[in-house]
Amino acid sequence: MNRRNFLRNTGFVAAGSLFVPAFMKPLEAMALDELSLYKNLVVVQLSGGNDGLNTVIPFGNDIYYQKRNSIAIKPEEIIKLNDMQGLNPNMAALQEIYDQGWMTIINDVGYPNPDRSHFRSMDIWQTGSDSNQFLSTGWIGRYLDSNCQTCKFPYTAIEVDDSLSLAMKGETKKGIALKDPAALFRNTNDPFFKAMLQNDKEHLDENNLGYLYKTMIETSSSAAYIQDTSKVYQSKFTYPNSGFANQLKTVSKFISSGLKTRVYYVSLSGFDTHVNQIGQQGNLLKQYSEGMAAFLKDLKTNNKLDDTLVITFSEFGRRVEQNASNGTDHGTANNMFVFGGKLKKQGIFNTAPNLSDLDTGDLKYQLDFRQVYGTILDKWLDVNNADILNKKFNTLDFI
Amino acid sequence: MNTKDNFIKVKHLYNRAGFGISYTDLEKLSRKKLDKVVDNLLKDSQKDDPITLINDFESKRQLLVQAGLYAKKDLTDDEKKMRQQIIREQNDVSRDLNIAFITKMINTDAPLREKMTLFWHGHFACRSNNPFFAQQLNNIQRANALGSFKTLLVEVSKSPAMLQYLNNQQNKKGKPNENFARELMELFTLGRGNYSEQDIKESARSFTGWMYDKDGSFIFRKNLHDTGTKTFFGKIGNFEGENIIDIILEKPETAHFIAGKVYKFFVNDIPNEAHVKELATHFYNSKYDIASMMKKMFTSDWFYSPENVGTKIKSPAEFLVGLSREFYVTYNKPQVLIQLQSSLGQYLFNPPNVAGWPGGQSWIDSSSLMLRMRIPSLVLNDGEIDFSGKADPEDEAVIALSRTATTNANANTKPKSYVNASVDWPKFLNTLPKGLTPLELTEFLLQPKLNTKITTMVGDNKGLRSTAVEITSMPEYQLC
Repeated sequence: MNRRNFLRNTGFVAAGSLFVPAFMKPLEAMALDELSLYKNLVVVQLSGGNDGLNTVIPFGNDIYYQKRNSIAIKPEEIIKLNDMQGLNPNMAALQEIYDQGWMTIINDVGYPNPDRSHFRSMDIWQTGSDSNQFLSTGWIGRYLDSNCQTCKFPYTAIEVDDSLSLAMKGETKKGIALKDPAALFRNTNDPFFKAMLQNDKEHLDENNLGYLYKTMIETSSSAAYIQDTSKVYQSKFTYPNSGFANQLKTVSKFISSGLKTRVYYVSLSGFDTHVNQIGQQGNLLKQYSEGMAAFLKDLKTNNKLDDTLVITFSEFGRRVEQNASNGTDHGTANNMFVFGGKLKKQGIFNTAPNLSDLDTGDLKYQLDFRQVYGTILDKWLDVNNADILNKKFNTLDFI
Repeated sequence: MNTKDNFIKVKHLYNRAGFGISYTDLEKLSRKKLDKVVDNLLKDSQKDDPITLINDFESKRQLLVQAGLYAKKDLTDDEKKMRQQIIREQNDVSRDLNIAFITKMINTDAPLREKMTLFWHGHFACRSNNPFFAQQLNNIQRANALGSFKTLLVEVSKSPAMLQYLNNQQNKKGKPNENFARELMELFTLGRGNYSEQDIKESARSFTGWMYDKDGSFIFRKNLHDTGTKTFFGKIGNFEGENIIDIILEKPETAHFIAGKVYKFFVNDIPNEAHVKELATHFYNSKYDIASMMKKMFTSDWFYSPENVGTKIKSPAEFLVGLSREFYVTYNKPQVLIQLQSSLGQYLFNPPNVAGWPGGQSWIDSSSLMLRMRIPSLVLNDGEIDFSGKADPEDEAVIALSRTATTNANANTKPKSYVNASVDWPKFLNTLPKGLTPLELTEFLLQPKLNTKITTMVGDNKGLRSTAVEITSMPEYQLC
């Protein structure tokens, strides 16, 4: 094999046997029985600020129709969940999921002194910071840093994407981003890449060069583990044809094949609907709901739904009153969704947004998003949330 | 004077103070005394050459139209279209500005000035969706990059981009907005822990009325300024913004904070307290003369000590600029530079927040490292791009506009895409002395000391060209 294949075309050429440095071996040699009863968290990010009020619609409140004369969803089209709230008609695929008791809607999640800039608010949600605090690590990254019993391996957190979100970066440990396990495996098995790792114990100290080599070794080791574990698995389930559904299909493949990964991260973007919202948001909600429904049913079929918790968030909701372009502008508090086979409180978790008590036209939050994170950290990932969130947050009883 | 020794030092100097050096220049400079080389470096960077991509007049006209459109409640269809058109144009121009900055770094003959501009770009981190404001701030950072820190600080504080980003436009008498006042002390000057919440409140009152007008010029609106007495760091007076800046600069903590950041950017991720103190004292005593501090640093022995050579992880900008400069790369489709920046985690003009890019090991995760190792072959051998990177959250509105009815279902069937760059190989090879061996080229291109593995790997290489591609693809090339 000529290592200069690497130089001619960037598609690294697949190579022979896998190289694993001796000291990394124990990692690959996990006993199969340890793989069972593994609880997963899947985080779904809706980028751009999804309009929560046209997602879970407060049709029972006249103010909704007054403030949104051209973009309100007609009562007869809404998938009613109770006397007050219902789902956008494009979310029909989730009705069955909701009826099964696999879905919880948490209303009005936010944080004090909300920021209306996409980037800053996303930064706050991903790092779990206060609005006047700047953290350079993400909340899942700090979970990895905590070196708990369940988060020892570099593939503990996987983002199905080309690049890694801040949420997944800790001080000393980071998650791994990949869209296609086979492609990453091919790249780490490129002769050039392997040659760089050959017998390279001399670099493995604490300095920056050591850090680069450690990252390469972990990438190579994780790529091999992920590929070896998941390659034989074939999903029998049909997913809709969308980029988002493909990401979820990959996650499902990982979960169902028994990967010892605890956190998965996927995202869907395009929610910044300042102009002609109805069509654009409707399209995205349809993609989201159909993808999620397929994913959850697939997990159920594989007996993994009880071990999986899915949350969905967006960096902010939108203003209660629509704008002049049949769209909505940046707002504050928003709803979050939780899915899973073992939810303690199913359906609508708390009262619908109060549309008559606003803060300069924006919803007031009922729950801090870090209470949701805190609940998951304490009750699902088995760590003390104060260690990750820098202060203790009261937990909620949705799980 | 040992020429071989000087060779290594000058190379180190140009890697840190600039974006690398050609073999020809390095050979020439190695024959000079190091302090002469430093003087030359400073002299080369005396000239300030601003970015003039966006014309003052045109952008003012656009601002006025935009202000008019935003003020109106009900827009006609034509007006709506005009507003969308302006948003699109601004977005395009913002991309052009990004490319203009990185291209300038690639082509500059004032490398220290551009490197310092990059430093201030991260120190006074700011986002603005108005490309004219962004260009203005970038030019302020360039014009004062090596001048007086006080002038730089005052001008940045008065720039529309910063006034808007840190909400000073909303900072009014009786209704203060503390955002600017807080970041001024926490991130721009004193650093956390060196001021009280009360100082922030009083400082915010002093900056009331610092605004920009509708054609984007700084204006001090006296009627919105709180003229009452303020107590700031124990001093009592009827302070205005400039007074606050003066008091902040009187505190040696400011010099220490800036010197510490400069040290982390130019010398080592882990500050050596004694060296930082030396630098801070010099900076303070020189009345915040930036060039003087830089000269002090580049002429200090510790700047060249082994623990500081070849041990820093290049930022994505340093990596891309250095590679492009070294091999005389022209990007026929320069937008690819934006894709590369964002995939590597440093999208210029779009810092993660006002604290800037955290830097150091945070640049590296599995995907960014794999990509860094592949970029040299993508650029130098025109390889196929098979990654897409994430959209910046601020681009969501444009994504939503341009994608009204499509899904990203066809994401997998995109046409193949290439970097499409031209490398001037003859020019690069001409900079190398005749008979240079692959091993010698490796020693030149890599900063860390070579180990036997690399020596063996390049030993069996035939050509310099393939050696160059191979070396720049190594993890060692990530360090400078």
